[in-house]
Amino acid sequence: MINLAYGLITGILFGFIMQRGRVIRYDKQIGALLLKDMTILKFMLSHIVVAMVGIYLLNDLGMAKLSLKPTIVGGVVAGGLIFGIGWGILGYCPGTAMGALGEGRLDALWGIAGMIVGAGIYAEAFPYMRKTLLTWGDYGKITIPQVLGLNHWLVIIPFALLVLILFYWFEKKGL
Amino acid sequence: MKDDKSWSPYLAGALSGIVAIGSVWFVGKFFGASTTFVRAAGLIEKIFSPERVSQMPYFIKEVPMVDWQMMFVTGIALGSFIAAVTSGSFQVRAVPKTWEERFGPDVKKRAIAAFIGGIVAIFGARLADGCPSGHGLAGASQLAVSGYIALACFFIGGMISAKLLYKEGERK
Repeated sequence: MINLAYGLITGILFGFIMQRGRVIRYDKQIGALLLKDMTILKFMLSHIVVAMVGIYLLNDLGMAKLSLKPTIVGGVVAGGLIFGIGWGILGYCPGTAMGALGEGRLDALWGIAGMIVGAGIYAEAFPYMRKTLLTWGDYGKITIPQVLGLNHWLVIIPFALLVLILFYWFEKKGL
Repeated sequence: MKDDKSWSPYLAGALSGIVAIGSVWFVGKFFGASTTFVRAAGLIEKIFSPERVSQMPYFIKEVPMVDWQMMFVTGIALGSFIAAVTSGSFQVRAVPKTWEERFGPDVKKRAIAAFIGGIVAIFGARLADGCPSGHGLAGASQLAVSGYIALACFFIGGMISAKLLYKEGERK
């Protein structure tokens, strides 16, 4: 029960921040996919760098556990591309569709209805996927530091620097 | 159009990253959104055929129930509503501006596209085992290989369909 309350509070904070950052708008998401407006990328990369440092720090201190999704190449690549195609049509991802609805965008409601229907369709297709795509290239729960055989901080620090250089470039180009 | 009340996406991203750290620290929960649509579909299907749902492998894996993530996803809509109302940016709109400039103000046309796009998007997200929240934010911030492959594929797929829809000239 307390978990549900935490979920709601975390969601409210996340939704509030995304609305103020204007990242839940259709125009921003399509702008990113047409490479005209980097708002979404700036938001996501800032989130990733900050969360990465915090989560690995907590993990090092034994105060949190990682929760990794397995790298199943067949599922992630095919599913990722299919998701992308749908994302370009809908203009919202699952989280931002809810946010868009919150700021009065009624078209998000149709997207949400479509996503519930699509989830039902996937549930029907799952036994078949489990025997095919989801068995192709299963490398298990791996991270980039593991693959490179490096300490995670030796990946995190260069990653953060690269992102900063990218941000500098975005601003210089006015993207 | 000047938008004075908006936050820098860098600041918003960093703040949301702190929220994600807090969630992992206090509750051990990582962001994600697409599983909720599976649970919601299951909850609806259960009304009509509870026995069938209880035997479907995917609903055994992702049990139809209200969980942390469903509350999180509901919270996103609420939080966005609060932020929009308190900054005077709440606006009832059925057709986004960019869409209208390209395809006109027809509400039905946009609704059909959004519905179909939603079906395709979630099918892909479930096959990939995550969406831009679960793979893109939570996965990438844990340096998961799956997160970066997914993120690249999300953008490649999206760039293809957005490009096709917004190709110069043609159609209105």
